[in-house]
Amino acid sequence: MDLYEYQAKDLFAAHGVPVLPGRTVDTASDAETAAGEIGGAVVVKAQVKTGGRGKAGGVKLAKDPAEAQEKAQAILGLDIKGHVVHRVLVTEASDIAEEYYFSFLLDRSNRTFLAMCSAEGGMEIEELAVERPEALARVPIDAITGVDKAKAQEIVAKGNLPAEVADEAADVIVKLWDTFVGEDATLVEVNPLVRDPQDRVIALDGKVTLDENADFRHEAHAALVDERTENPLEAKAKAKGLNYVKLDDGQVGIIGNGAGLVMSTLDVVAYAGEAHGGMKPANFLDIGGGASAEVMAAGLDVILGDDDVRSVFVNVFGGITACDAVANGIVEALKILGDDATKPLVVRLDGNNVEEGRRILAEANHPLVTVVGTMDDAAAKAAELAAKAGA
Amino acid sequence: MSIFLNENSKVIVQGLTGSEGMKHGRKMLAAGTQLVGGVNARKAGTQVDVDGTSVNVYGGVEEAMKETGADVSVIFVPPKFAKDAVVEAVDAGIGLAVVITEGIPVHDSAWFWAHATANGNRTRIIGPNCPGIISPGKSLAGIIPANISGPGKMGLVSKSGTLTYQMMYELRDIGFSTGIGIGGDPIIGTTHIDALEAFQNDPETEAIVMIGEIGGDAEERAADYIKANVTKPVVGYVAGFTAPEGTTMGHAGAIVSGSAGTAQAKKEALEAAGVKVGKTPTETADLARSLVS
Repeated sequence: MDLYEYQAKDLFAAHGVPVLPGRTVDTASDAETAAGEIGGAVVVKAQVKTGGRGKAGGVKLAKDPAEAQEKAQAILGLDIKGHVVHRVLVTEASDIAEEYYFSFLLDRSNRTFLAMCSAEGGMEIEELAVERPEALARVPIDAITGVDKAKAQEIVAKGNLPAEVADEAADVIVKLWDTFVGEDATLVEVNPLVRDPQDRVIALDGKVTLDENADFRHEAHAALVDERTENPLEAKAKAKGLNYVKLDDGQVGIIGNGAGLVMSTLDVVAYAGEAHGGMKPANFLDIGGGASAEVMAAGLDVILGDDDVRSVFVNVFGGITACDAVANGIVEALKILGDDATKPLVVRLDGNNVEEGRRILAEANHPLVTVVGTMDDAAAKAAELAAKAGA
Repeated sequence: MSIFLNENSKVIVQGLTGSEGMKHGRKMLAAGTQLVGGVNARKAGTQVDVDGTSVNVYGGVEEAMKETGADVSVIFVPPKFAKDAVVEAVDAGIGLAVVITEGIPVHDSAWFWAHATANGNRTRIIGPNCPGIISPGKSLAGIIPANISGPGKMGLVSKSGTLTYQMMYELRDIGFSTGIGIGGDPIIGTTHIDALEAFQNDPETEAIVMIGEIGGDAEERAADYIKANVTKPVVGYVAGFTAPEGTTMGHAGAIVSGSAGTAQAKKEALEAAGVKVGKTPTETADLARSLVS
């Protein structure tokens, strides 16, 4: 789960990383009040889970509360790369002497963690990595020994941070490591990490991604979920315990078992859709290995509630669960849904007990269900039905 | 032959007494696996009946190895306890640890991998969050349905579980020396490259199917490895062309960040290494079929 800047900074502060005082507010008038309480010049920052806020006009300096109100008014409601701004952070405006870059992240290739550090912060790090790779130090971190003061000093030296701030920067890095490990993060990024005129080192921004697999040991993380910005279909699916992602510009609803097979199904539908007016998959839905009637019904319910969906492709491989059980699940699910099931279903079953599974579906003879033998043909049929329904 | 697992492999299950452990312990026995023991500290000294076969439960991996000569452990323990279970298997020096458990925090996986590396990688780790490994007709260590395909000359390595099953089903007319699901988590033990190397050296394997998906750069690195080291024909499939950038789809590892890691980048890298890449699983199976005699 990606966090907002203000949430990331709250975690930083809890682990002793220096941040500037600030308030998050949802309205322009609250921004004015917050600016008054903070005093002096403030920065108003859009809280969205994407980069490039500055360029998009989502970060603005305000010299007094009245101006903070104006700037917040301009930023709230802004669309930044598809993310609408519902909340702004009003924070003390700092005097910046220098800007650095720092992050801890997962290094999949080397199956460990990586620290990245550079004396050239502020700009987009992808650009720096391409244009001046030598200016970005990459230091592997052993998961067991972690980052102590000595390791942090090594990182600071490799990142070419100036000697005057090396010691304080190393202290901050140790605390960022505490945040990374203590919160089970897969990314902790500070860009910029700044030096102020008094040589203090402060995290001026923060990006944190938390590992949801570790939620069992972090009860507090549940409060960080922002339900307001969740897609309503995704929220509905989540409440039913389904692994669902809504996709833009799609017409074919997808249900399958296993993340890899479902991803493959999306591709096969998009590929088949090219011959049928550019029909595309409307969602990702993995009902897992079990594929019981209840889960199938819950999945169909979510997908049929999606106005974009014109046809549904149910693609199940009977591995751990045999196809006859899956077929019974589909029949039961359609019974449970009754008149709510209104869109054509193309079903492809393969694997264990496939003949019995197909027999069960043939016998049920549901008017909405078409059984197709192979994944490729079924995808083509689903795309064709979607195209027809839209015509 | 086969890779990593054969008819002589002696298999124990960490978490045998749990419901998943029992369910799949039964299926492993039925698949011909020499299931020689279970591990559960609280039930040490007891026996469990696995479909009429009495299996001893030991207090630890080390004891189980000493008593049974086990060289493979399949780990079914819940995510909370998985790190300790893998560390225990590594400390006991078992040859192969297959970690089926889904939902292990990545910091825990990083920890047990660092621990295994510090111990000189005596223990091969497969997974976590994987369906395991099968050498059809010989042995199964994991949850791959054993009746999908029989033995044969294809080797298969895949990140995804259901795509492993799908591909084994598509090519059941040819059969498999070994099929391995390496798991889609960001940190995994055995990689595509490890499996490719072993298949290249396995006389029974004639051709290799490699299945990847978006996220990371494992497929790109596998492509480089194939170009330099693999002389057997390799066919590839990559899932996730239509996955939107930055969206997680079930597998923690299936995250696209920027251009590297996209399905298109992986496909291009594989093709540049001379690997034929299918557009769909079925087309991939057809390509593979055309490569074996």
